[in-house]
Amino acid sequence: MAGEAGLEITDLAVHYGPVRALRGIRVTVPRGAVVAVLGANGAGKTTLLRAVSGTLRFHRGGVTSGTVSFGGSRLNGSPATAVARGVVQVPEGRRVFARMTVAENLRAGALGVRDRGKAGEARDRVHSLFPILAERAHQRAGLLSGGEQQMLSIGRALMANPSMLLLDEPTLGLAPMMAARIAATIREINAQGTSVLLVEQNAAMALGLASHAYVLEVGEVALSGPAAELAASDEVRRRYLGVGTPETDRPVGIDAEDLPPGEPPRPVRTLSRWTA
Amino acid sequence: MTTFLELLVNGISVGAVYALIALGFVVIFKATEVVNFTHASLLLAGGFLVAKLHPALGFWLALAAGVAGAALVGALIEFLIIRRARVGSHGVLAIVTIGVDILLTTELTREIGTDVLALGDPWRDQVLHLGPITIAETRIVALGVAAALITAFLLAFKFTGWGVAMRATAEDAETAALMGVRLGRVSLSAWAVAGALAAIAALFLCVFPTPGLDRSTTAAAMKAFPAAILGGLDSTTGALAGGLIVGVTEALMSGYQSQLAFLGRGIGDAAPFLVMIAILLFRPAGIFGTKELARV
Repeated sequence: MAGEAGLEITDLAVHYGPVRALRGIRVTVPRGAVVAVLGANGAGKTTLLRAVSGTLRFHRGGVTSGTVSFGGSRLNGSPATAVARGVVQVPEGRRVFARMTVAENLRAGALGVRDRGKAGEARDRVHSLFPILAERAHQRAGLLSGGEQQMLSIGRALMANPSMLLLDEPTLGLAPMMAARIAATIREINAQGTSVLLVEQNAAMALGLASHAYVLEVGEVALSGPAAELAASDEVRRRYLGVGTPETDRPVGIDAEDLPPGEPPRPVRTLSRWTA
Repeated sequence: MTTFLELLVNGISVGAVYALIALGFVVIFKATEVVNFTHASLLLAGGFLVAKLHPALGFWLALAAGVAGAALVGALIEFLIIRRARVGSHGVLAIVTIGVDILLTTELTREIGTDVLALGDPWRDQVLHLGPITIAETRIVALGVAAALITAFLLAFKFTGWGVAMRATAEDAETAALMGVRLGRVSLSAWAVAGALAAIAALFLCVFPTPGLDRSTTAAAMKAFPAAILGGLDSTTGALAGGLIVGVTEALMSGYQSQLAFLGRGIGDAAPFLVMIAILLFRPAGIFGTKELARV
């Protein structure tokens, strides 16, 4: 934990085989901050998180140049090291261990931490953030609703006592009320001292939470700046927030404009993705 | 009736030993998704060590050495070959394990030659009379030891950090890695555990009424494959059930061979595979297996 240095991504390039996914990425997440990364599908948002958490090799990708460092020293690209250093990712699509119970999922989240005593404290914290996880402790995770699974996925990551939480589209496929609930929880986790790197397609929600934001386009940083400035900029409003609809001013929630074109408005309880 | 009971108890006892082998097989599959065909040679290696070391060390130390040795061989195969083989498909890795198995088995059978090696166990050929039925002591011990080991193993799988890491990896390796689970260690421990279980199984496959360890012991070990597959390759409960089904089927078919003369001799050896095929026709993932084994 050297000084105030948080997460620093410098000149990062990532390839999947011959395919370039990211180029010349510079992203900084100061300690204690919430930073958002916005962009369309395929812009490289998830790849960026994989490069930080060290899971590129699961997708046959690799960092071809540049560095990722945390707390002033480099992360070596192994997920176990990242977790031990306090950088923990909540994967896209929740990815709870469906065949294991809620309590076992939380236990799995603490596997990367040596200090056994801290696991109890972490569990208390998770249970106070998400009381439903205490109620459902002995239920199979696969039987939880989408929103509950997202809570479990975040809770599981918190079991490792992260100082930097990487969140990959935490509100994807959730009902607006649940998305708002998750957003409020992210704010609370940050207030408790954890820095957050938030990847989102829901730009309104992300810009409402973050102090600083980056916009990725085809693997490069197209725009960056304070979240409030980006939220006010014409380009971001047009591309990611939708122009001229009063709803876009809502800081949190999924608007029809955020949906891919051609998709009908979703009913309140939609499962856009299965995580079995 | 007496014959039937004797056959049944013998079948359950041998089945429990098959379950031990199948369990190791399943653990490796769960942790790494590799179908491990080196299992028969791991077993032979464990048995061979016990046979060679017991005159000098005494039975119990030799057994410990055999278990440790087979675990080490398993771990070495994982560390030197499986981990380094940069092939994308688990099918190719399975074929790599066949190659390793042939190498190991060839070397071991060369060492064994035409000998039948005794393992120096303390039970020898003593039998137990329970009312009208007569059972070899070795069978009772095998049943007890296998039951205890399997119980311990299932408890560890359910309740220890190692077990949670193993199950998390089996379900979703990438997400388990995100939790800080070191996949290499999980895989290494799976191979070591499988080796150790195989060595124990080797002991009980080679003691009375079997004459001893010889080159045909690997054939006996092969029966654990149908046990693992018919139970469900990714299910520990399935390994247990599969082992028992194979053991009992084999014992009954061999025992009543004279009544089944129209099937020809050797039906006992073929029966486990027939049962496997019959079960797979109706339940393609095995009795307890997860239906969707390959997730993309």
